[in-house]
Amino acid sequence: MDQYTLNLLVVGASFALYIGIAIWARAGTTAEFYAAGQGVPPVMNGMATAADWMSAASFISMAGIIALAPAGGYTQSSFLMGWTGGYVLLALLLAPYLRKFGKFTVPEFVGDRFYSKGARLVAVICLIVISVTYVIGQMRGVGVTFARFLEVSTDTGLYIGAAIVFAYAVFGGMKGITYTQVAQYCVLIVAYTIPAIFISLQITGNFLPQLGLLGGYAPTGGDVAFLAKLDAVVTELGFTQYTADTTSMLNMVFFTMSLMIGTAGLPHVIIRFFTVPKVSDARWSAGWALVFIALLYTVAPAVGSMARLNLTTTFWPNAETGLALDGDAISLEEINTNPDLAWINTWQNTGLLGFEDKNGDGLIQYYNESNPEMQAIAAERGWTGNELTTVDNDMMVLANPEIAALPGWVIALVAAGGLAAALSTAAGLLLAISSAVSHDLIKGSINPNISEKGELLAARISMGFAIVLATWLGLNPPGFAAQVVALAFGLAAATIFPVLMMGIFSKRVNKEGAIVGMLVGLFTTAIYIFLYLGWFFIPGTATLENIPANWLFGIAPASFGTVGAILNFASAYAVSAVTKAPPREIQELVESIRVPKGAGAATGH
Amino acid sequence: MAEEPQNNNAYWAANVRIIQISLVVWALVSFGFGIILRPALKGISVGGADLGFWFAQQGSILVFLVLIFFYAWRMNKLDAEHGVEE
Repeated sequence: MDQYTLNLLVVGASFALYIGIAIWARAGTTAEFYAAGQGVPPVMNGMATAADWMSAASFISMAGIIALAPAGGYTQSSFLMGWTGGYVLLALLLAPYLRKFGKFTVPEFVGDRFYSKGARLVAVICLIVISVTYVIGQMRGVGVTFARFLEVSTDTGLYIGAAIVFAYAVFGGMKGITYTQVAQYCVLIVAYTIPAIFISLQITGNFLPQLGLLGGYAPTGGDVAFLAKLDAVVTELGFTQYTADTTSMLNMVFFTMSLMIGTAGLPHVIIRFFTVPKVSDARWSAGWALVFIALLYTVAPAVGSMARLNLTTTFWPNAETGLALDGDAISLEEINTNPDLAWINTWQNTGLLGFEDKNGDGLIQYYNESNPEMQAIAAERGWTGNELTTVDNDMMVLANPEIAALPGWVIALVAAGGLAAALSTAAGLLLAISSAVSHDLIKGSINPNISEKGELLAARISMGFAIVLATWLGLNPPGFAAQVVALAFGLAAATIFPVLMMGIFSKRVNKEGAIVGMLVGLFTTAIYIFLYLGWFFIPGTATLENIPANWLFGIAPASFGTVGAILNFASAYAVSAVTKAPPREIQELVESIRVPKGAGAATGH
Repeated sequence: MAEEPQNNNAYWAANVRIIQISLVVWALVSFGFGIILRPALKGISVGGADLGFWFAQQGSILVFLVLIFFYAWRMNKLDAEHGVEE
């Protein structure tokens, strides 16, 4: 059976599974549609949260972002700490209290706690901007994965993905999505770890990639540490040391913090904790979510660094046991004739890997051409530039099974895993958007007397609209997906997280404070990002060039969420201090969400 | 019933104290060991790299896990002590 048929079979089987689960777990009430009827056990909710959280970016791109970072793999540790540390904040500061509050949406909490439809509306706007920008990247991820493995165009892939999400999200609601996500988690984690185990065995002789990262380098007998070997090989070719320190500690701290509080403020993650039966379950559930996330996140830096070394020694065969430059670079002839290296041509066809014999010597020299020392060596040896012209971040995960010469079904599984990661996140985001529209806008403002049946229908229709909008944006993405995601995290950090935290931990912050705080966080963060990345991401409209010298105190646009959050807290407290304290019943509401006792089923009224 | 608000205040104060201690650990392993203190910890090597590198890429995640489960366990105990469990 050829690889294409195998991919089609495995991906098709996984889709049949998702649809089957959706039919079994159809939502019949709004409680089931918004919060899966509060009947999801903590371990299962943890698994669903992990799938909801881990997007195409985590699955496909993160290992490569770390492995190929120009400033060294260490500098990108922010993603690892930030995207996991946020769960500590969720578990300690938000999840249990929001579950006790017992409503369906994030804006609903903001509206009740700050006794204001205006506050609820501002929260809805923030939620929709965050979730819509985030969903664009997921739809792109679905399209790209389809295009790579199933030989259809990115646009066709996007339509197929949208149809699948439509089928199970619109009918199943949160209940269908939750159980589908459990299945999707299983698919994606198996797909991620199998190639990782093989590559770890190959390079370090260690079965567990997490230990392999710290282990010895197997091809030379294991006396030299793997990371020391990697550092030696990349520096020999003029690249920055893999474990090199960051050049801007302040920016790294702010970026990590933005990702942490951004994670804790993402509405589609928060609403997952409304689905568990009890307050104590919300606490456990956050722990289980992090267990399942950590399974991938502790493997990612190992996969990335090992794939980087593998790639380098492939292009410099002598580097495997000695010094790269003592031997010749790989020859074109070898690439075209050695069946073990067939993946190089395969991936060149996708555009993720590119090479070009610039000096016509029949060899492909891979080195850092902007390093002066390497330029001297190049001049001496007659090289005319780095000949491995493209190595896409996504290569590190997608091509891993082929680099490690694993069987075809593993490759098919990676395709299904990438799709599972993107689809599960897209479904969670679409649910957050549709519940904000049907529950907060329609029931909360436009038509409070809407019947249960009417609201359920409204939820399904708004979900349908959200999918159409997401598909359209996926076909016509504004700017680059990566920049758009920076905005989603920045805004979640600067708006949703602070307002929820103040709503729980302060009895004094009032509606004026909350509204001003959210608006200050929203505008400062959005404006700072637009200044450097283009107004509304329209290319060519950036006011300032996006380089460190232009940044305020050296803080990158993607790190600004932390500053936005600080400004939100400060302005909310300041405004609250000079305006009237919240009414007595609101202070009692705060008292009641602080104790678990008396948490019943969530109600929509 | 007059006793209840006082009990709830004591419960909340105890909860806030546990949160504070947990967050100090949270910040120490990530922002501390992983970033700011990394240069100072260069001397301690862990499998080919240094302690700070390990905390940034693996250690902090493991500590986060322990922290969340510790908090869930400790709070369940606290809920029972103050009679506010569900």
